[in-house]
Amino acid sequence: MVELSGSKALMQALEKEGVDIIFGMPGGANLPMYDELYSSNIRHILVRHEQSAAHMADGYGRIKRKPGVCFATSGPGATNLVTGIGTAYMDSAPVVAVTGQVPKAMIGRDAFQECDIVGICASITKYCFQPKSATEIPETIKKAFYLAESGRPGPVLVDIPKDVQQEVKDISFPEFVKIRGYSPHVDPDISKMGEAVELLLNAERPMIMAGGGVHISSAFPELQALAELLMIPVVTTFKGKGAFPENHPLALGPIGMHGHAEANKLIIESDVLLAIGARFSDRSVGKFDEFGQRMKIIHIDIDPAEIGKNKSVDVPLVGDVKASLRALIKMLMMRIAKKEQETAWFKHIKEVREYYQSSIKDASRDITARKSLKKLRELLPAESIVTTEVGQCQMWASLHFDIIQPGTFFSSTGLGTMGFGFPASIGAKAARPDVHVVDIAGDGSFNMTENSLAVSVQDNLPVIVFLMNNYSLGMVAQWQRLFYNRRYMGIDLKATPDFVKLAEAYGAQGIRAQSMDELDKAIKVALKSDVATVIDILIDPEEDVYPFVAPGTGLKDMIVAG
Amino acid sequence: MGWNIISALVENKPGVLFRVSNMFRARNFNIESLSVGPTEDKDLSRITVTIESDENVTEQLVKQLRKLIDVVEVTRLATDQTVYRELALIKLKAADPTSRTEIVNLANNFGGKVVDTSKGSIMVEITDTPDKIDAFKGLVEHYGVIQLARTGVSALPRGAFND
Repeated sequence: MVELSGSKALMQALEKEGVDIIFGMPGGANLPMYDELYSSNIRHILVRHEQSAAHMADGYGRIKRKPGVCFATSGPGATNLVTGIGTAYMDSAPVVAVTGQVPKAMIGRDAFQECDIVGICASITKYCFQPKSATEIPETIKKAFYLAESGRPGPVLVDIPKDVQQEVKDISFPEFVKIRGYSPHVDPDISKMGEAVELLLNAERPMIMAGGGVHISSAFPELQALAELLMIPVVTTFKGKGAFPENHPLALGPIGMHGHAEANKLIIESDVLLAIGARFSDRSVGKFDEFGQRMKIIHIDIDPAEIGKNKSVDVPLVGDVKASLRALIKMLMMRIAKKEQETAWFKHIKEVREYYQSSIKDASRDITARKSLKKLRELLPAESIVTTEVGQCQMWASLHFDIIQPGTFFSSTGLGTMGFGFPASIGAKAARPDVHVVDIAGDGSFNMTENSLAVSVQDNLPVIVFLMNNYSLGMVAQWQRLFYNRRYMGIDLKATPDFVKLAEAYGAQGIRAQSMDELDKAIKVALKSDVATVIDILIDPEEDVYPFVAPGTGLKDMIVAG
Repeated sequence: MGWNIISALVENKPGVLFRVSNMFRARNFNIESLSVGPTEDKDLSRITVTIESDENVTEQLVKQLRKLIDVVEVTRLATDQTVYRELALIKLKAADPTSRTEIVNLANNFGGKVVDTSKGSIMVEITDTPDKIDAFKGLVEHYGVIQLARTGVSALPRGAFND
């Protein structure tokens, strides 16, 4: 026991958890925390909007596979975090958000900058804490970190009233915490694994669908070993993109609304589907009832509530992805040496793939999104980290930018949050300053959190914004073009700032690319720069994203080209 | 579709009922009744939920409940191996002696009791299964229901098990 203020206890508890960086913004209700940060070794990154603090913590957390931490004050500071917390929740990213709250005696009285952030965040967090005494803080922080990073990770909110931060109490720091109602299902479920083995060995047209769980569990080698052992082609969900090297002969790429045509076509033809750490989202599989009617599904997931949520499955295997895959491989090894490759299924896959790949045609224009991304891939080292904004840029990244090194691709795949990519890339750079970090962006999405350029410059976290600029909300425009008879409404961004000047105004570097030659040079300059660089690539506003599975339809109804 | 009883042991602390009911709302579960109260363990409360639902929805509800950090244990109770009861208070119009006598007799038939009388009304308390309470209500409705309060179902499995 030692006499400490609540905020000092908080800082010490965070240090004990190994926190070395906090993304945040001070305000009235969290000033005591900032006063303690002053004398702490933890690095503070001052954001310009709290939403970006949550995205930075998210980007940092996804890469480190431990919680990223963000700070905000009460009221608007806390509500500004909400989009970022919701984004982390939908993508199962470990984040601990610490907010200041008005003093206990003011709670419920509609005080200045009061809001019920615990109530607001209940359905977008794994848990919300509001310690009522400084003595509770160490245990609360320990629980918050344990919850955020264990099992299926996710964001946890800790909302601390100002008087709790200030009061001085006898504080002790627990070594362990136990939460009675929480025990993640980490061990593999051996009981049903025999059924999975039989299904996989007897499949004629097997397929693996790798989801975000492969990233979270870092099960890249296991996934590749299993796929190669059984010679099973691998599709990914969008969240699973890059779980499997996309230049691998067995890789078919992401499925879904804007998945690769061959992946969408072939997954529904498979007779046994092994879904790994995936949640059968509407965006991935289209209509739930229609998907997979004729296939047997094996589903590995650490979250039992995912089993049967969207799709009922034949063999559920609840457990950690990595541990489950290891157990599965072990059982399979006893049964087979190696599957042969010359099956009818493989012949068919080859034909389908060649058919769709030869049908992709580039627009006659010199510079297109597709060509730009291919160029970026050519010049960017494989170990670089890539984040994306949301919209057409995101789907082009999914389609035309192959991830070679597993675990280097991060996007807001669940909530689809515009403005995610740039602050997340800064968080990623803070986690991995040794590699290049690129945000594949569009003008509409980058516009939402572009003020993080100030953070990138001030805190020396240089990233590259690969901005495919069509001066419009391109994805909305595409829908209006296809489904609303070209009645364009609310998509024109012609007063979008000059991004080159904007970058320069922040002390960053801006380069415009109007041809493939200019783009080639711009990327090379950016890769050598030690300051944030925005590459403003002018693309055709009518360049659409294809393939396209329209919402509410099934994968078989995919529109391949415009 | 079937009628299901789900019993959950939850942490006995502020905010837990909100988390449970908020999850029902957020995930679009349309529950029929919910009751909550203390248990033999002072740290735990029991929440009993009834829902008219098919197998998939019921399974999902159980899993989503289990996923909540404050929920310690969730059990689906089979109606034939469970004692389940609900308490209802029904205040009826009863101005004339005939209806008063009839209401008292009906209440007796249902094992209920009269707990309050006034010049123009009788309040009956019934503790039984929800369908029995529905049946009683059906029989007395024509006297005129002034007010009605039901507690929702409380339930425990039969036998020696403590779960």
